[in-house]
Amino acid sequence: MNIAGDPQSSTYGVAAEFDSASQLFKAAEKIRDAGYQKFDVFSPFPIHGMDKAMGLKKSLLGMIIFCGGLTGFLTAICLEFIPSSIIYPLIVMGKPTNLFTVPAFFPIMFELTILLSAFTAVFGMLIMNGLPRWNHPMFNWDRFKKVSDDKFFCIIEARDRQFSESKVKELLESLGGQNITRVQED
Amino acid sequence: MAEAIAPSPAPNQTPDHQAVQRPPLVLNKRTYGWIGNYVSSIVEAQTPIWWWLCMAVTVPLTLVLFGCIAYLISTGVGVWGNNHPVGWAWDITNFVFWIGIGHAGTLISAILFITRQKWRTSINRAAEAMTLFAVICAAIYPGLHVGRVWMAWFLAPVPNANGIWQNFRSPLLWDVFAVSTYFTVSVLFWYTGLIPDLATLRDRATTKMKKIFYGMMALGWRGGNRQWRHYEMAYLLLAGLSTPLVLSVHSVVSFDFATSVIPGWHTTIFPPYFVAGAIFGGFAMVLTIMIPACAIYKPLHDLVTVSHVDKMCKVIVFTGSIVGYAYLMELFMAWYSANPYEQAAFWYRAFGPYWWAYWAMMFCNVIAPQLFWFKFLRTHLVWVWIICQFPNMGMWYERFVIIATTLTRDFIPSAWGQFHPTWVDIWMFIGTFGLFFTLFLIFIRFLPMICMFEVKAVLPESDPHYGEKH
Repeated sequence: MNIAGDPQSSTYGVAAEFDSASQLFKAAEKIRDAGYQKFDVFSPFPIHGMDKAMGLKKSLLGMIIFCGGLTGFLTAICLEFIPSSIIYPLIVMGKPTNLFTVPAFFPIMFELTILLSAFTAVFGMLIMNGLPRWNHPMFNWDRFKKVSDDKFFCIIEARDRQFSESKVKELLESLGGQNITRVQED
Repeated sequence: MAEAIAPSPAPNQTPDHQAVQRPPLVLNKRTYGWIGNYVSSIVEAQTPIWWWLCMAVTVPLTLVLFGCIAYLISTGVGVWGNNHPVGWAWDITNFVFWIGIGHAGTLISAILFITRQKWRTSINRAAEAMTLFAVICAAIYPGLHVGRVWMAWFLAPVPNANGIWQNFRSPLLWDVFAVSTYFTVSVLFWYTGLIPDLATLRDRATTKMKKIFYGMMALGWRGGNRQWRHYEMAYLLLAGLSTPLVLSVHSVVSFDFATSVIPGWHTTIFPPYFVAGAIFGGFAMVLTIMIPACAIYKPLHDLVTVSHVDKMCKVIVFTGSIVGYAYLMELFMAWYSANPYEQAAFWYRAFGPYWWAYWAMMFCNVIAPQLFWFKFLRTHLVWVWIICQFPNMGMWYERFVIIATTLTRDFIPSAWGQFHPTWVDIWMFIGTFGLFFTLFLIFIRFLPMICMFEVKAVLPESDPHYGEKH
């Protein structure tokens, strides 16, 4: 088996290369059914239905974004009512400064809800993905550069409870994986 | 450039299967590798001569803009032609004009995304970039319009120098929030979409500088499904959030007018009419830019096909018709309201001192885009480009008609007056085009102008069940 990275350091996992999205999809299903949990598949674009094929649940990001949006909404309520109704009630064109003024306050509530939701979406996504990050063991493998071009990869990580180098290699070979390589930690 | 590129029929399929087969989104059976190679090569190749020639025009214009801004700040806002009674003139016209152009990008990337219009994938990147640059051009004007630019911080929601808070019920403050939120969210959306493509450029980089630059920008993206799953959720929700946002921005801009009591502005039709107009003008500007870009990089015609142009022309004719309906409805309501001021406002629009602007608007926005009912004109790129210049001009005239014409004659004839632009007005307007195109040229030189990973994802072989029998 090829080795990517420093042979002295510990093993990160065993990886294989595939030619098409459908091959990768089937491989993911088989690896899931074989009981592996710490594995990942890499592709140049998101593959429809891959979460199910890998046995992953729906991303929790939506819930987090909801909290972000709620924060924005509450921020706008405080930002508008505290100065305009409490600290410095400013009566313009005889409009009320109490709760009846909500329709006029609505646009800013809406904008801040959207703004904070969007920030939460982007930064929440990055944090959940462990990004930004300087390096990753996968980048030790030269062929992995093709992942952003036209190749598909799969890795079963060494920290999986069932991991055994020879068994994983056998499984990946049976799934049609090519260039099976042991990827080392940095 | 002018020939139509006909979609090739789906090969080797039973007639039964062919009946449900849609025309392919990417022509000539291009592969993942070709898409990545070609789009990246635009960025990686040596800087072409045409690029320098274009920059030689747009950069001096940008400098003219900066010079005018410096002159305005150092002298005073009186160097513009704004004066009583026309306090909002070319500056606000240009602001609304550019903000309107900035609507197409987010519309394409958000609304067409959640309505699953897969054809958007090849045009969304450039359209979003165009959005950002248009909003930058727009933001210059209200920033200077405040007069004392060093007091622009009064717009921020903090108590001002006299300890007075902002009036949160003012549409002008809503506008500050709407436009700044729109810009921020558009940047986030655009950058999120760029991350996987920046990873492509990083992995292809040959020089150390490029490796560092694109490596930092790609944030360490690996393309694992454990990343894609959060990424897709983030992108979907950003699209969902941007959809009401894009519709709200121009609505809020229209509130600046609609909540006033000026005849001709005080109408409830303004928000939908402004939004339709913004989409109309924005799509015309996307085509204005994309058609020459694809003419220079000819193989892009396999990604941005004639079918794309055709669809965008249909959007233009649709939104143009909404705009035309709104113009007629405004006239009807002016008559039906039985309000003499309202009636006079519209009479002066059509037959007053700026009658030429009104009829130019009518011709450019209502009549000219109707040519897109003809398939020949929707599918021949030279014609499309020429016809798109009418909405571009017409939308500027529309804002001028709404703003300047209305203000010249409001209630009492003794308070009437005319507006005349000064050279600063004129050169600043021309200068913003310089800035807009300079930014766009820099964009196509350093970032992939087609969203590679999304285009790859719409190829038929990207379906995990490709080739299987159902």
